[in-house]
Amino acid sequence: MIKQILNFTLLFVFLVLLQVLVLNNIQLSGYINPYFYVLFILLLPFETANWLLLILAFALGISIDVFSSTMGMHTSALLLMAFLRPSILKLISPRDGYDSNQSPSIQDFDFRWFAIYVSVLVFAHHFVLFFIEAFRFSDFFYTLTKVILSSLLTILLIFISQLFTYNSQAKR
Amino acid sequence: MRNLLGFLSRNLFFIFFLLLEVIAIFLLIQNNRYQQSRFLNSSNFVSGRVYQSVNNATKYLNLDIINEDLATENAKLKAELANSKIQIFGNNYIINDTIYHQQFEYSETRVINNSVTKANNYITLDKGSFNGIKEGMGVIGPKGVVGIVKTVSPHFSSVLTVLHSQSKISAKLKSQNYYGSMIWDGKDYQYGKLINIPKHVKLFLGDTIVSSGFSAIFPKGLDLATITGIEKPSGNNFYDIDIKFINDFKNLEQVYVVKNVLKEEQLLLEQTTQEGDSDD
Repeated sequence: MIKQILNFTLLFVFLVLLQVLVLNNIQLSGYINPYFYVLFILLLPFETANWLLLILAFALGISIDVFSSTMGMHTSALLLMAFLRPSILKLISPRDGYDSNQSPSIQDFDFRWFAIYVSVLVFAHHFVLFFIEAFRFSDFFYTLTKVILSSLLTILLIFISQLFTYNSQAKR
Repeated sequence: MRNLLGFLSRNLFFIFFLLLEVIAIFLLIQNNRYQQSRFLNSSNFVSGRVYQSVNNATKYLNLDIINEDLATENAKLKAELANSKIQIFGNNYIINDTIYHQQFEYSETRVINNSVTKANNYITLDKGSFNGIKEGMGVIGPKGVVGIVKTVSPHFSSVLTVLHSQSKISAKLKSQNYYGSMIWDGKDYQYGKLINIPKHVKLFLGDTIVSSGFSAIFPKGLDLATITGIEKPSGNNFYDIDIKFINDFKNLEQVYVVKNVLKEEQLLLEQTTQEGDSDD
């Protein structure tokens, strides 16, 4: 339990730094902006209390916002994603439910489950984020293109990261 | 209360989410200039629409006050208009001619008060003694005699019209030189009587009656009335003639005050002659 808290604290700091220092500088052709830090919310254990989920989302969002001087933008998007997470988990739950201490990951569930879980939440987050950034619906399809392309890149990065954890955990 | 608490506890997650989301959006709008301006603009748009529709509804309630204001303003503006002011020195038209000496001067005036329904009717003109109008002057309309100036004030004059129990206009037949007096019997403003025409005169319905010019008030030959009925009452020597005035006294607007330049001279002469008679 303590180890888990420590792990997630480290993951929190790592993701914030990665996002702020590296990924925020990536802007492929003006469309694509990966927001990899959402991985933190995705990986939280199933047993995480709902209120804790929201508080963590708020903290993570604020941290990203402070560094990228977009106060409230990432926070609101990430809060929505955290709010949706329990419902999505309930919708796609396997027949025998979740083990309380487990985290969502590729090796514990099949690829299809994980793909749905990640895609839906990442898309929701990016959708809210980009539309808050634009703050209008007049260029709807331009913004939507940005949402889709960036979501694809973020999802790709998340899968790649899962391969790393898969390997490290398989060694153990 | 218990229901409320139950509702809150059941939806605690959602409420907590909403709370945090509101904080986040508050931060977003507080700290990001672009979103702030967009938000303020759109909220101004929304509030503007709301205010506009509220105003659309409430402006009907204020119509009374607005009408009153407008009426007051109208009255003020009307007071500024030229026709509510008095022209002190009017136009008197005089033609100097060496062959025909001017006997009558006309000054145009406007009727500002009128009545036809009383037993003794007066009209008020918008010019008075400042414009040289004096008591006893004649007043004629576009279609003939209107009346005689009774009293004058500096800016107004009151005219005793034909429609008065005391009015007695010296008149004569246009085709013949028999003269009588035109009076009003106080009934209909369109009809009057012509008296003192002797019975031996041949009269026809539709004959025109004109002013005689004897009174030194009106020029000779102004149209007065037409004959509409002729009776020969037994017991006296005169006709009882019904006449219809040519002037429409109900519709008087522009009238002229007639000044007989030679009136004094005529009256003086007549007076001395009569005095001479009595002296003899």
